[in-house]
Amino acid sequence: MEKTTVYAQMVETGAQRLRSTHELSSEERAFQERIDAGVKIEPRDWMPEAYRKTLIRQISQHAHSEIVGQLPEANWVTRAPTLQRKAILLAKIQDEAGHGLYLYSAAETLGVSRDELLGSLHSGKAKYSSIFNYPTLNWADMGAIGWLVDGSAIINQIPLCRCSYGPYSRAMIRVCKEESFHARQGYDIMMALCKGTPEQKQMAQDALNRWWWPALMMFGPPDADSVNSAQSAQWRIKLNSNDELRQRMVDQTVPQAEYLGLSIPDPDLQWNEERGHYDHGPIDWSEFHDVLKGNGPCNRERLRTRVKAYDDGRWFRDALVAHADKQAARADAPRQAA
Amino acid sequence: MSKQWPLWEVFIRSQHGLAHKHVGSLHASDAQMAINHARDVYTRRNEGVGIWVVKAADIASSSPGDKGPLFDPSNSKVYRHPTFFPMPEEVKNL
Repeated sequence: MEKTTVYAQMVETGAQRLRSTHELSSEERAFQERIDAGVKIEPRDWMPEAYRKTLIRQISQHAHSEIVGQLPEANWVTRAPTLQRKAILLAKIQDEAGHGLYLYSAAETLGVSRDELLGSLHSGKAKYSSIFNYPTLNWADMGAIGWLVDGSAIINQIPLCRCSYGPYSRAMIRVCKEESFHARQGYDIMMALCKGTPEQKQMAQDALNRWWWPALMMFGPPDADSVNSAQSAQWRIKLNSNDELRQRMVDQTVPQAEYLGLSIPDPDLQWNEERGHYDHGPIDWSEFHDVLKGNGPCNRERLRTRVKAYDDGRWFRDALVAHADKQAARADAPRQAA
Repeated sequence: MSKQWPLWEVFIRSQHGLAHKHVGSLHASDAQMAINHARDVYTRRNEGVGIWVVKAADIASSSPGDKGPLFDPSNSKVYRHPTFFPMPEEVKNL
């Protein structure tokens, strides 16, 4: 019953089972035919209520993940080793705020308000990617996050550029263009540490050890038997299975780790000549579900920080509205006098 | 003298999946007429699958003179481009 798209984990579609063509209404059939023909669905097109609701959940979870994803990195802005690294980290965090904005805007085209979306995040009702509930303990974590977490996000987001919903697909295209900087700056940090002192290289290894498994979990549990996944695939808002994308991540990351001279913390990892892919060891899904339930190392802290930032900014947002109202009233006044 | 019809800016979606793009403007008495006229003026050769019209007066715009203050600051932030981080030949998919 689970599906995931890395930054949007386990999105419910409301489907109990996939219905065959003759069970669909004529509107639903025409809708499905458009999707099958690769025609994008736009905000004012007719769409099944379940498609709309599933997309709101998926896109808003994705948006929340971008926003909460800023917090683990914020920890290192004041501790970056050089001014340049600090400027780069700030630029990456700024991008993530922008990505959250693109995605919230795409969700709003489906008839949900920004306030409702933020309300669900702040009340704890809405989910965000479990990866952001892990702590960032040393500077190398900034490298590992860019390399592994943003790397995984890219693997997930590239197919979503071709998803069926126009505003989401266009947001993903924009995000993907900007994301490659994130992965590269991460790998650049890892390269610098791995070429440094033994202690620095050990920092890089420690970060890889801690982020490897959570990064693999980002793709979500195997979804072979999931009705939600099948429904989302039929709607073309999920284009690959979780395992397919995870395999892609492992296959491209292992050689990158080898170049750094780091070892992947998985004794079962080995190249499978027959499959032409790497085999990896079993993933501890109980940890994943536990973090998703709210029991990760940083769940409470992340939400608390996010809610505090929003509450602390309230007076300022209110003041801006009051100012705009005053300007509008002044502009109206001479007209009324005339 | 009769009142001049307002000016509308016209945006056309040329293909499914693409964003609307500004193509020009026209005068019309209301939104429906603006769409009809945009259809006649801008899509006679099947250039579009969708039309947006927006009253020109409702568009807020930066001024050409703002170019420096608005856009120069990003020149010093070249690290926002992935090419700022050269990747070794042997490292793929980054």
